[in-house]
Amino acid sequence: MATQHSRSAARLMMSPAVILLLGWMLVPLIMTLYFSFTDYRPVALPPTVAECCVGFENYVRFFTASAFMDSVWTTLIMVGGILAITVVGGILLAILLDQPMWGQGVVRILVIAPFFVMPTVSALVWKNMFMDPVNGLLTHLWEFFNATPINWLTDVPLFSIIMIVSWQWLPFATLILLTAIQSLDSEQLEAAEMDGAPAIKRFWYIILPHLARAITVVILIQTIFLLSIFAEIFVTTNGAFGTRTLTYLVYQRVLESQNVGLGSAGGILAVILANIVAIFLMRIVGKNLDA
Amino acid sequence: MARAVTTQKKAIYTVAAWGIGLLIFFPILWTFLTSFKTEGTAVADPPVFLFFDWTTDNYTVVQERSNYMRYLWNSVVIAGGSTLLGVIIAVPAAWSMAFVPGNRTKDILLWMLSTKMLPAVGVLYPIYIVLIRLGVLDTKGALIVVVMMINLPIIIWMLYTYFKEIPVDILEAARMDGASLRNEIIHVLTPMAIPGIASTILLNVILAWNEAFWTLNLTADDAAPLTAFIASYSSPEGLFYAKLSAASTMAIAPILILGWFSQKQLVRGLTFGAVK
Repeated sequence: MATQHSRSAARLMMSPAVILLLGWMLVPLIMTLYFSFTDYRPVALPPTVAECCVGFENYVRFFTASAFMDSVWTTLIMVGGILAITVVGGILLAILLDQPMWGQGVVRILVIAPFFVMPTVSALVWKNMFMDPVNGLLTHLWEFFNATPINWLTDVPLFSIIMIVSWQWLPFATLILLTAIQSLDSEQLEAAEMDGAPAIKRFWYIILPHLARAITVVILIQTIFLLSIFAEIFVTTNGAFGTRTLTYLVYQRVLESQNVGLGSAGGILAVILANIVAIFLMRIVGKNLDA
Repeated sequence: MARAVTTQKKAIYTVAAWGIGLLIFFPILWTFLTSFKTEGTAVADPPVFLFFDWTTDNYTVVQERSNYMRYLWNSVVIAGGSTLLGVIIAVPAAWSMAFVPGNRTKDILLWMLSTKMLPAVGVLYPIYIVLIRLGVLDTKGALIVVVMMINLPIIIWMLYTYFKEIPVDILEAARMDGASLRNEIIHVLTPMAIPGIASTILLNVILAWNEAFWTLNLTADDAAPLTAFIASYSSPEGLFYAKLSAASTMAIAPILILGWFSQKQLVRGLTFGAVK
């Protein structure tokens, strides 16, 4: 059906999107690459204006600073922790919500609500109204049980942020997995039950394989969004107490200390690391989605 | 054969699910309740749940003091504008990829998605400089374009997924019956494409409304949307729990309601049809 004519028309229709995305990707990336080889500190005294080239000085400095490896670990722990909580929690919650009950529709609405809450709102609400060491609701709860309240964002900051972000993303995982479970052929489950397969085995050999594709999708989408967590850290700890992800470290170098050269080198490193993750994920997507 | 479920089992599931559901929803409920308290009641020890003198003062104060309507308007313009612009650019692209696929279509689609993985922070400063040079930093127009670019890959993927589901047979049948291209587009294609486009718009308004990284870093005052407005409560004003709650409630209510309506589309859209 695709004639030469329709092919060129298609190319024409695609070109605005392709050109825009290419420009959006290449122009800033090339600029960042250029900055990363310069000593560029616009607000230093005296200001150092983009002096090319200092070679790999910035890269070496960024790479060897202890903050770099720390931030990579923080990123991995944060993303990994959130993925683990939301995927495992999502599977359990989806199975529960799939059971017969009264008011299933309402429960579903309650469960998915956090996904639509603005990240800055959820971070602030959690920080002030729940995790505040004096007036936070969790503090009252701890005191009620005569336990010593925890100063969440300074004592267990990384854990606190993982909790906040998991709260935001658990609904997404649950909703996707619930939809997948509901598409499961119930006759197969019934047959297995008739044959006397216990619940654990039914879960392991029937439900979980059926969910594999949905789990892949959840991990992919969440990773895309989670690698660039920003607002939650910005609002709660501002990168202090070991909650500095790679994204946040670069942000601090570039915008807060205005060392554009150094920050840009970090930015390029972040791009390279993200690409390694991306290639890995894209393989899975390419296999799992029929494009 | 439906499995016979005992009432007892159903009751247990109901209690468990409602318990967990309310636990997850609780922070939102608590924010909503706190927004009607006085500052004193908001930090009362022990906390009060429902039985307090309800007041709407916080809403009045938030609106008067920080001009909430302006931030709301900025959010509406940025979310709406970027979605509209994105859809205008994405529809032809997704359309041609779905109906006239070439050898490289799949590669192009995956490449587009991979631009989503480009760490925003790596390109923040260049974009910042470009906007300053163009004299458009802290304008709604610039934010519309930036947020549009952020979501464009997702928009294209979603539209592609929906368009792909339109059966080509119907098109061919219409052509056999002698439908003109005009009629084909108006009477056959459009009715089938509209639901997909509508879902895409809905989801992208939600994503754009909540987008925080670029709105926080590229706006100062004039173009700041609700995300930035709320972040300004970070400290020390954040200690005013009741006002923070009122501001938060106003910021999330419209999108929460929109989100509840679009939960079905969310599954299809954000998973690119891989889960139905």
